[in-house]
Amino acid sequence: MSIKDLLREHGKPPKEVYFDLENSGYVPDEVVEAIIPYFNKIGYGHPAITHKLGWEAFEVIDETKKLLARTINASGPEEIVITHSGTEANNLAILGHAIAHREKGGKILVSAIEHLSVIFPAEKAEKLYGFKVQRIPVDEEGFIDPEMFSAYMDKDVSLISIQLVNHEIGTIQNIRELVKIAKEINPEVIFHTDAADAFGRMRIDVKDLGVDMLTISSHKIHGPRGVGALFIKQGTKIEPILYGQLSSEKFWPGVENIPLIAGFRKAIELAFRDFDNNVAKVKRLRDKLMNGIIESVPEVLVNGPIGDKRVVDNANISFLYVEGEAITVEFSLNGIYVSSGSACTSRILEPSHVLLAIGRRHEEAHGSILFKVCRYHSDEDIDYALENIPIAIKRLRKLSPLTPPHLKGD
Amino acid sequence: MSSRIPLPYNPKIIELFRNPKNMGPMKDATITAIAGSPACGDMISLYLKIEKRNNEDVVVNATFESYGCAANIAAASILTEMIKGKSVKEAWMISWRDIADELGGLPVIKYHCSILAVGALRRAIRDYYKKMKVHPDWLPRDLTVEEKQTFEEEKMMEHLRKMRESMVKYK
Ligand SMILES: Cc1ncc(COP(=O)(O)O)c(C=O)c1O
Repeated sequence: MSIKDLLREHGKPPKEVYFDLENSGYVPDEVVEAIIPYFNKIGYGHPAITHKLGWEAFEVIDETKKLLARTINASGPEEIVITHSGTEANNLAILGHAIAHREKGGKILVSAIEHLSVIFPAEKAEKLYGFKVQRIPVDEEGFIDPEMFSAYMDKDVSLISIQLVNHEIGTIQNIRELVKIAKEINPEVIFHTDAADAFGRMRIDVKDLGVDMLTISSHKIHGPRGVGALFIKQGTKIEPILYGQLSSEKFWPGVENIPLIAGFRKAIELAFRDFDNNVAKVKRLRDKLMNGIIESVPEVLVNGPIGDKRVVDNANISFLYVEGEAITVEFSLNGIYVSSGSACTSRILEPSHVLLAIGRRHEEAHGSILFKVCRYHSDEDIDYALENIPIAIKRLRKLSPLTPPHLKGD
Repeated sequence: MSSRIPLPYNPKIIELFRNPKNMGPMKDATITAIAGSPACGDMISLYLKIEKRNNEDVVVNATFESYGCAANIAAASILTEMIKGKSVKEAWMISWRDIADELGGLPVIKYHCSILAVGALRRAIRDYYKKMKVHPDWLPRDLTVEEKQTFEEEKMMEHLRKMRESMVKYK
C-alpha cells in the first residue's frame, strides 16, 4: 500500500478550501517567513548562553511572553510558560498541579466535553496520585448549569479544569461565573481553563475571568504546530512534568524551539492586528456557511448553541443518513477539507464524546462534520463550499439505505 | 474529537468509493439482508437475485446500499462484483480476507468493513435457504467467524445505545 498511489488516485481538485482548522492550522507566509531566519541567520544559539546568537534567541522567548501577557492581561511575562504544545500546557496544568498537591489530594472537576488533553491527564492524576475525578455534565448546547456546578463544589475540590470555548461545538462557557461560584465555596481551589479555541477569537482577560491557569495553542491561531503556552498566575503551586537541563524556561527542559516560538510570536501579532474587524469577518463568513448549508441541505442538525454564545469560527453540522468519514472523503475529492466526530475516524468504535455528552444519538454523531472558518477564507471559498456540499451529501444519501425516499430523488 | 488513527486507503477503495458498482435497491430481488446498524455507523443492505441454472443456485444479480465509511462502501461494492455469476455455494466461500485482498488491502481498523460485507452476504444466503426450506450439505449449521463478528458488533452497539438512552432519560 502506498500513500503516493492514494494521492495520485485522489488528484488535485479544481479549488481547495481548508476548514479542518480544528486539527491542524493553516500557516500564512508571514508566519513562515518569521520562522525561517531562526534556523541559520539569527538567534540559532542557545537562549541561556552568553553570546550574541544566544541573546537573540532569548529575545524571541522574552518578546513572545511579553506579547502574550499583554493580550490576555496577565501581570507580566513571568506568568507565561512556553510549552511544546497546547496538549503539554494542559498536561502541565493538571499533572503539574497534581504532583504539587499529591500529599493533600482531593477532587479534580472537569466538564464532560473537555479536550482529551485535559480528560486523560485528569484520569492519570487519579491513577497515579489518588485524586478523584468528577465529570460535570453539560446541557444539550454544552453549557454547565451554575446551580448544578455549585453542587459539585466543596472544600475537597483541589483543581477545576473547564474550557472557555469547546473545540467541537463552539460553546462559550461562562467561566467568570463558574470561577466566582467555585472560589466563594472554596477560596483555595485552583481554576484552569483551556482557552485554545478561544484565544484570537474573543477578548480574554485572565484577571476578569479570575482563572489561575489558562492554555493557549499556537496552531489554533495560524502559528506553527508544536508550540503552546500556559498562563500560571503568580503564586500558583505547580511542579514540572518534564525533567532535564533547564534554561530560560523552568518547565521546558532541553533546548527551546526558537524558530517555532518566533512563528508563534508572529501569529499572535497578526491575530491581534485589526482584531475586531478580523473577528467580525470570520463571524460573517461562518454565518454565511452555516446558514447556507441549513438552507440548501435538508435534514441537518446544528451541534452546539446558536447566537452570541457560540464562538465566531465554529460550524458543526450533522448530516442525517450519512456517515461522517465517508463525507470527509467525498468532500476531499471535491477540494473541501473537514473532519468528523464519527466513530469511523477514531481508534475506539465510539463517536465524539462531546457529541454524546450533549445528548446526540450515535447515528447523529456519526454524521457530524466540523468546519472552522478563518480570516484567510474569502467569500469565494464559502460560495465554492456551498455549491459542492449539497451535491456531495446528495450522492452519499443516494447510496444509503437509511435515506428516506423523498431525499433520494433528483 | 476522539483519538485518531491514520487511514492510508488503497487507491482501489477511493476508486470504488467514487464509482461504486451495482448500487441501489433491486426491485425483483429474491432475497435481501441487512447487516450492521445505524448506531454502529456501519450498515450494508444486500440484494440478491438467485436463479437455478443447470440444477445449481446461481447469483444472477447483486446490488447494495451502504451507510458507512469509504471502506464500507468499497467493500460492499466489490463484494457484489465478486459474487455476480457465481454459484451460491461459491459465493458463500468468500471470506473477509478475500474482500480485503481484492481491495488491495485494508487498514487493520477497517477489517470490520469486509467482515460486515461477508456477514450480510451469508445472512442473505441462510435466509434464502430458510425461505426455500432446504439445507444444502455445504452450508454449515454453526455461524462462521464473519457471521459471529457481525452479530457481536450489532449486539454491542445495541447495548451501548440502550445504556446511553437510559442515561439521557436519567439526566
Ligand atoms: C481545546 C483544545 N485544547 C488543547 C488542544 C491541544 O493543542 P495542541 O494541538 O497544540 O497540542 C487543542 C487542539 O487540538 C484543543 O482544541
